[in-house]
Amino acid sequence: MELLSANPGAAVFAGATDLIPQIQGGRPEPSLVVDLKRIPETSRIEAHNGVWRVGAAIPAAVLTAHAGLSTTFPGLVEAAGLIGSDQIQGRATLGGNLCNASPAADSVPPLVALGADAIIVGPGGERSAPVSEVVIGPGATSLDQAEFITGFRIPSPSQGSSDAYERFIPRTEMDIAVVGSAARIRVDGDGRCEEASVVLAAVAPTVVEVGAASGILAGRVIPTDSARDPFWDELGEAVVSCCNPIDDKRGTAEFRRRVAQVLARRTVVTAARRARETL
Amino acid sequence: MSRTHVTCVLNGDPIDFLCNDYQTLLSVLRDELGMIGTKEGCGTGDCGACSVILDGQLVCSCLVFGPEVEGRSIETIEGMADGQHLHPLQESFLEGAAFQCGVCTPGFLVAAKALLDRNPTPTETEVRYGVAGNLCRCTGYDKIVRSILDAASRMSNPQTHKEAT
Repeated sequence: MELLSANPGAAVFAGATDLIPQIQGGRPEPSLVVDLKRIPETSRIEAHNGVWRVGAAIPAAVLTAHAGLSTTFPGLVEAAGLIGSDQIQGRATLGGNLCNASPAADSVPPLVALGADAIIVGPGGERSAPVSEVVIGPGATSLDQAEFITGFRIPSPSQGSSDAYERFIPRTEMDIAVVGSAARIRVDGDGRCEEASVVLAAVAPTVVEVGAASGILAGRVIPTDSARDPFWDELGEAVVSCCNPIDDKRGTAEFRRRVAQVLARRTVVTAARRARETL
Repeated sequence: MSRTHVTCVLNGDPIDFLCNDYQTLLSVLRDELGMIGTKEGCGTGDCGACSVILDGQLVCSCLVFGPEVEGRSIETIEGMADGQHLHPLQESFLEGAAFQCGVCTPGFLVAAKALLDRNPTPTETEVRYGVAGNLCRCTGYDKIVRSILDAASRMSNPQTHKEAT
């Protein structure tokens, strides 16, 4: 932190999978780069009193190989397992995926859906902030120059609760989400939805939570497939009203709105099925 | 510019080198250490030609800063064969004609080794995902995938293989 405070042009990095291509692409070299992986708490995975603490600088390949994380947060782990190639997953981290501040970051929607907090350290000590408040626009975060994220606090899902993530890309691997959707669903003993969170990527300048999702889905028995059911139309309308997508080479705004509805539905179905399986 | 002194383990041997702050591990291997088996393709982590294994993780060496490897262990293509004895993956690639121009080959071999280290009996789909980070503009991939599957079967059934040859 002293280094960061004393060097206004300094940057922190973990996996460097975004930083190095940016430098190669002609962006000015930072005056100094600080490797966060050498700070022990950025590499720890621990669970205490119903809260998981997952280090910000852990490579995705370590997260996907972690049995406890994979059973507890299947959606978050499947998102980490979709980032780039095996080579990229050997380096890419949750902290970097968040702070690179791409609207299409795969691991951010599940973190938001899970209600995760970022643990942020800076000259003033440690603070925490909801992951949803860290990114404020494409490439921009709310962190101060001398602050960085050491890890994430993720509440353990209660019994009857689970998550899922899916994204659409034009090929099967090695691409950036055209749309991503995370869902977290809690069901009661009868398999009826009690609470839901749906969070979308790549349809707005930052990831967006579909605020109306919980109200629409609560009390419903989520079917095992996403066949037609009137409340899916309601969810679809809520999804579209949250989207503010752009046209780009990966897809048109209209295409993104449609795909977002499909993926929201699919991830709700998957999360609800996983949630019932925990009962 | 002052250069950083870095000590690490390369293919099992302790080594040290000097590098610039923003020099990539790929450039260190090729330009400082003369280990030119590791190839540069895109330089941005898309093609996998520069794949190495860093502390057990498959990575693109073009996306690693040289000073980062202080105290760490690196495996490159040069460490794959055991003296004159080729690794089963290398044998399979030769027998299966899994390369033409050969620039992508070291990266494919290193990525395939990382895959088989983790999953000794992958399905074809797992192989295709396992090398999805490696680009080849010559072979059309099929011979590479078959050769990796062939090596996996040789390595998990060494007896059968010996009798067959």
